[in-house]
Parts: sequence; C-alpha cells; structure tokens
Amino acid sequence: MAHHTLTGTFGEEQEELRQVVRSFLSRHSTEADVRGLMATTAGYDPALWRRMGSELGLQGLAIPEQYGGSGFGCIELGIVFEEMGRTLLCAPYLATVALAAEALLRSGDGAACEDLLPGIAAGETVATLALTEEGGRWDERGVTARAERAGGGWVVTGTKTYVPDGHTADLVLVAARTRAGVGLFAVEAGARGLDRTPLPTLDQTRKQARLDFRAVPARLVGVEGAAWPVIERTLATAAVLLAAEQLGGAARALELAVEYAGIRVQYGRPIGSFQAIKHLCADMLTEVESARSAVYEGLWALADDAAGRSADVAVAAALAQAYCSDAYTRVAGDCVQIHGGIGFTWEHSAHLYVKRAKSSEVLLGTASYHRERLAVRLGL
Amino acid sequence: MELDFGPEVADFREEARTWLDEHLVGEFAEHRGVGGPTDAEAWDVRLAWDRELAAGGWLGVSWPEEYGGRGLGLLEDIVFTYEYARARAPYRATGNALDLFGPMLVALGSEAQKRRFLPRILTVEELWAQGFSEPGAGSDLASVRTRAEPDGGDWVINGQKTWTTMGQAADWLYVLVRTDPDSRRHRGLSMLLVPTDQPGVEVRTIRNLAGQDEFAEVFFTDARTRADLVVGEVGQGWRTAMGTFGIERGSTLLPQQLTFEREAETLVQAARARGDELEPELRHRVVQEWMAIRIMRTTNLRTIGELLAGRAPGAQASIAKLYASTGHVRMGHLASEIAGPAGQITGAGYTLDARQRTFLVSLAETIYGGASQIQRNIIGEQVLGLPREPRP
Repeated sequence: MAHHTLTGTFGEEQEELRQVVRSFLSRHSTEADVRGLMATTAGYDPALWRRMGSELGLQGLAIPEQYGGSGFGCIELGIVFEEMGRTLLCAPYLATVALAAEALLRSGDGAACEDLLPGIAAGETVATLALTEEGGRWDERGVTARAERAGGGWVVTGTKTYVPDGHTADLVLVAARTRAGVGLFAVEAGARGLDRTPLPTLDQTRKQARLDFRAVPARLVGVEGAAWPVIERTLATAAVLLAAEQLGGAARALELAVEYAGIRVQYGRPIGSFQAIKHLCADMLTEVESARSAVYEGLWALADDAAGRSADVAVAAALAQAYCSDAYTRVAGDCVQIHGGIGFTWEHSAHLYVKRAKSSEVLLGTASYHRERLAVRLGL
Repeated sequence: MELDFGPEVADFREEARTWLDEHLVGEFAEHRGVGGPTDAEAWDVRLAWDRELAAGGWLGVSWPEEYGGRGLGLLEDIVFTYEYARARAPYRATGNALDLFGPMLVALGSEAQKRRFLPRILTVEELWAQGFSEPGAGSDLASVRTRAEPDGGDWVINGQKTWTTMGQAADWLYVLVRTDPDSRRHRGLSMLLVPTDQPGVEVRTIRNLAGQDEFAEVFFTDARTRADLVVGEVGQGWRTAMGTFGIERGSTLLPQQLTFEREAETLVQAARARGDELEPELRHRVVQEWMAIRIMRTTNLRTIGELLAGRAPGAQASIAKLYASTGHVRMGHLASEIAGPAGQITGAGYTLDARQRTFLVSLAETIYGGASQIQRNIIGEQVLGLPREPRP
C-alpha cells in the first residue's frame, strides 16, 4: 500500500523556477536556435551551457551544496526537464545531470563527488554515462566491457554505443565488468586509447556517440563490482526526468496543434470546429494530463525516497517511462496529422517533436521493456 | 491506497474510522461494497444503512448546521468520503440528494427551500431523483420539451423525462422544464421541485442491460407544484443545472478510485492465477490497465490537492471522467477475456457475479453524465478553446 500525502501541487518557489527557466529558454532555445544547433556535430552551445550553470545554476540544482550545487531535489529537476522538453533544448543536460551526476551521487564515493561534481554544477563539465553496448540492452547482462587493474589504477576495454552526448562529454562514466561484477569507472575525454565517433541520429536534437575503449586509464568510482544497483537507481531517476521532458514536449506539440486548428480554415470554417479534429485534440489533452500524472507520481516517489519515506521508485519510474513514451509519440504524431501537409515538411517544427519523441522512447528502454518490468513486479 | 490527510483532521478521521468499524456490522457488513451510483441492488438494506448513517450524524458533513449538517469543511468531507470507501460501506441509496441535489440547493436555493428540504434529506425522510434527460434528447440536455405553465399559485407540468436514475424510489424530483414556451435551447428553462406523490406523475421502471432496475421514465400530465418551488430564477434553469455538473465532477473521485483499485487488484490476481497459460498479449494488457488505474489515482489526487488549496482544478479534472470511464470499459472486457468460458456462465435467472455486473454496467459510464463524445466537445471547446461547431 502506497502512502500519499496530499501535497500534489507545486509551491510558489517551484512555480517561480518554472517561470525563470521558461523565460530563459524562450530567449535562448528558439526554434532557430534548435535548428542551428541540431545541424552542428557538437549539438549544443558551450557558452549557453556555461550560462545555464553559472547564472541559473541548472546543472547543480539537485547537487548538494557541499559539492557546489544548490541542494534542491527531483521535483525542481522535473520542472526544468519539462520546460526543456517544451522547447527541445539542444544541450547535454539529460546526460550530464540525470545520468552522470546522479550516478556519481548514488555511488557513495565522497572523493569522486568532491572531485567531479563541482565542475558539473558550475557548468564547466559535460558528462555522460556509457552503459549500452551493441545490443542496446539496459540490464546488467548487457555490460561486457571490461576493467582491469593497471599500475596503481584501472584500464577499461570495450565498446559502448548510443551514448548520449558521448562525443562531447568531458567526463564519461563507464559501466565495465571486473571479476567482482559491474563497476563504474570515470574516464576523461582526452584519455589515451579512447576513440569517440559521433553517430548521425534520426533525432538531430539529441546527439549520440560510439565510444571505443582500448585499455583507457580510468578511475574506479564507488566499490568494485557493486555498481549495478547504483546504475539501476540512476536509470530509475533518469527515467522519471526523461518522462518529465517527454511531458513538456507532448504539451507543446498539443499547443501547436490546437493553435493551428483554431486558425486553419477548410470548408469555410476553422478545422478545430469539426468534431473529428476537436475530439482528436481532446484525446491528446487526455494523454498529456495522464502523462503529467505519471510524471508527478514518479517525482513524488523520488522525493519520498529522498526524504526517507517508503516509495517504490522502480515501479513509479517504469510506469512513467512506459506511459510517457507512448503518450509523447502519439501526441507528436497527431500534431503532424492536424497540421496536414504543412506538418509533413522539414520547415515546420512538428517533425522535430516526432523525432524527439521517437528517440526518447528508446533512450532508456522502450515502453514494452518497462511494461515487462511492471509485469514481473506484479507477479504476472 | 492510503492517504495522509495531515494532523488537523487526524481526530476526525479516527472518529469516522471508529464509527464505521462499530456500525458496519451484521446485515450491513454482509452488504459491503454493494450497490453503485445508479442501481437498486439491496435497496432496503442500503436505505436502512443510510438511516444508520443519519443517526450517527454522518450525512451532510460539510452542510451548514442550520440545515442539519455538521458544518465542517471540504477536507473533512473528503476524509469521510475516503474512509467510507475504504471501509467498503454499502453505496448510499440517497447518493443523488447528498452528492448533487443537496449541494445545489445549498448553493442556489432560497432560504425557505433550504429549511424545508435539506434537513429531510439528512434524516432520509425524503428521497430525490434528477429529471434532466428526455426521450430523444440524451446528452443534448438543452433540447428540453417538458414544459410548465403558471396557474394561480402553481406550475402545471406536462411532458416526459427518462433515464431518471432511481426515479422509482423518489419522493421528489428536481426537474428541468421549459417555462417560456417561445424559448429555444438553454434559454427559458427553469428548475422545478416536483412531488411524485400526485395523480399527474407516473413513474415506470426501465430495466437496464444487466437486468437491474436502474432508472425510470417519468410522465407528467398536468402535474402540479407550487410556484415558489423554483431553484434559482425562473428562466435560469440551465445555469442551475450546470451547477450540479460542477459538483458531480468533484464528489465522486475517491470512492470510484478505490473501487477501481480493488477491481484492478482482482484482475491482476485472476491473471496471475492463469500462470504460464496467460497469453503474452493479455499479460501486457493487464499491465496497461493496472497503469491506467494508478494514473487515475494521481490525477484524482491532483484535483483534490487543488480543491483543498482553494484553487480551481486544472485541466486534469476535465479529462478525468473520459479517462476513467473508457478505461473501466477496457478493464471490463479484459476481465471477461481472462475469465474465459467460465466467465460467460451466469447464475439462474440471469444472476450476475460482480465481474459480469461491473463489465455490463461500465458500458453506461461512457454515456451518463454526458457521453464521451460530449466530453470531448467540452474539453475541446472549454478547456482547449477550440472554435464551436456551427449550430443551427
């Protein structure tokens, strides 16, 4: 039985944060900015990234103050992700904040946190988590890269791919196997033996890379062989935050569709006055608001867990990812449909949402994968 | 689901829990979870239970004290509703008056009407039913043809209402009628309070597809009611009626949610019991419906959180009915499939088990209170601001 406290609404400070982020993104992540950056290999604007860190403190929002952050929680991060999803911000935020910083924090390795987190919080470091390999698996068995002791430290050998922002990250946390099990290793971008190949992506607004490690010097983070629970918990957090980003994108795609349906005239009247279109928009809103509930449940579970209250984070995260992946893809597709021919052009922004939705669907495991996890949890 | 309503209502919650524990015994305990918002199942027991509640002071928790209520707040009302559903107390026979008519009268009725009618609702002396829908109208509520004309100190009413939930048990009806014969659509309507115990009112029970006596059709032939028994102003009946829909949206969230959660749990258990024989497709459909129920819960909590914070509920409150009713129908189909051939066998005399009854009755949920298609129109126009369909 889950315990819920009736605090399901955001506070004033949180609404202020939303306004600050929304206003910042409306100036710095316009459609023109998105189109400009998605055409570059790096896929983000380093100067803007630094400003996000230094002026707004977005990268350090949920990093404790002792490591240079401002010590807020997942609810605040969720708000930021939702806003970023609305504008399709091109930046390595998910990789750096939801994956790398979270994994470092979860590792329990105080020294590594002290060394690596302040750079992230300040907006100086781009970081990522290199987990998936050729098969694209998100479970423990998918990890076949190896780490060995060498000299006083470690070297990592193997191939990681579909690594979000792997080609631009200054810091890569790699999941690799030792005799003791899966461990987490920190690798610096310039390390000898590391080859990074950007992958041309269907969704140009979020970049991915293939990383080849040939005995690359690495630093063990946390306890040798004990990283899988850390990674799994990181993935759960990232799943909820990605769901928040998906929610933002879906909500924006719905807005675009409704706006167009209100002004586009066919057969002598705005198409939004036809029930076929109106009902489709109503169904889109139903998906968006249900996705919002799935995200909020996920965020509440993370907040409860952080506060030491009992919460089934794994279930809430799987539910959020399973639902929001489907919902975003459907709503973004319907947005194209409502725009008709114009929605099928490169010039219109509708396809950018479809592509972000589709890539987000598989980024941290497909909806089917997460439903399967829930099925197992339900004893089915 | 376990909800923490905070320390300010902890004592009230404990009082409600204790009372329910002590009184939900004997015949009442045997009828746990019986009945729904629209049926006559175990009517006499449920009516007796309502009187038990009345004696305990649990009807009208948030109604003003001068009309027999307890004068407590929205939070206490929600806490009691929640504890009630949690205890699986029988569905209240007087639900319509308590959840819809009474709050409408509190908000819009005259002082004399409130003093005359509200206390009798809370003592279960008078039962109420809603006379809105008409034959051929359904969700098109504004096409009311039942009319009323002034005659001395009375209204004289002629016409027909239908789908009047539990109309066969009602002592009084609140009826939407056309008082301006030249008016069209939602103009010129009035809300009249009409006693059923008179020669001009004939009530015939209609049997629903599950075999239940759920609703009735009501014929008015020169039926009469007093001139002052209009709620709100004459000609403003549409506004009065719309007020009840606003109330309807908020009041039924928690009991419905708990019921759905129990059904989802039963569904998961039935699926589990099939073991390895459960087809992979059914397995994933069970997960999807289980997810939908969880999402409904959070959607409801968001609405309740906003109501308690004194804010108007956001868009999620508008999609809640559509999402819940369509999901419930899907869940009913799925439960029926998982049960397989055995689920197709009824008891003698078309006696249905809980799952069969739920499945069949769920088919009405996408119709009553505004069909799903109407809901989508409302969402499109009132929430999303899309242009209205040209109307003749």
